[in-house]
Amino acid sequence: MYPSLTRVPGDLFSEFETLQRQVERLFGARSWPSSIRAAGRGAFPALNMGVTADAVEIYAFAPGLDPGKIDVSLDKGLLILAGERADDLPEESDNVTVYADERFSGQFRRAISLPEDVDPGRVDATYHDGILKVVVAKRESAKPRRIEVNATAAA
Amino acid sequence: MDTMKTTAAADREAAGEASALLPPVDIVEDENGITLKADLPGVSKENLSIRVDGDTLTIEGGVSLGESQRLEAVYAEVGVARYRRSFVLGRDLDTEGIDAAIRQGVLTLRVPKREQAKPRGIAVKAA
Repeated sequence: MYPSLTRVPGDLFSEFETLQRQVERLFGARSWPSSIRAAGRGAFPALNMGVTADAVEIYAFAPGLDPGKIDVSLDKGLLILAGERADDLPEESDNVTVYADERFSGQFRRAISLPEDVDPGRVDATYHDGILKVVVAKRESAKPRRIEVNATAAA
Repeated sequence: MDTMKTTAAADREAAGEASALLPPVDIVEDENGITLKADLPGVSKENLSIRVDGDTLTIEGGVSLGESQRLEAVYAEVGVARYRRSFVLGRDLDTEGIDAAIRQGVLTLRVPKREQAKPRGIAVKAA
């Protein structure tokens, strides 16, 4: 059973799905529907996306980059992250042996489609501890609002 | 069989090893020691633990995503907020002399060789 991304907040099923997600997170299950742009397991950088009341937040697990050389762009609701990670492995020689070369090196480019209700004019990107966090503000009209109930004088 | 598996899983959970990601590493040896680099995005110096137990080196780190207020995940490729990986060190390595640094989510560990383990030429005497 896939958690739906288009749910009515506050209903019983969404409560159930929240619980289910928490269980999945706890046990590390990967039963999410995968994005059509996810380039398979082990794509660099791995992406997580979440929403808050005010914004959509994207976390790219991209360690060891020069923050000045990460290219972040937003085009028609598609967030694109591109850059390059240098290969810092030394050359093998008589005295130098490479036993493991698992870390990604080279050019990367990843795209993720954002929910429709974002404001492309308000994007903020920060890089900390090897995670690139991109926060795209939601449009004012898409934010949840509290609606005041006005009392009227009894007729 | 099932019972054994259940017991093993319970043991792992009891040891706090329920689920963790295996971070990718680069391992290079030169004449003075071994350099290990591991990708640990989201792990700060405070959330990183490096232990040596006997001849086993264990790297463990917790991911912190910062100060986000009520975030509801809608898409996730990283489903576990913890990394763990262990390596068995040879007797020729000096576990006392391990040096570690983490920078922008990349851990660099340097494990020096013991003095007597460094390569040296052995003179062949004529009989």
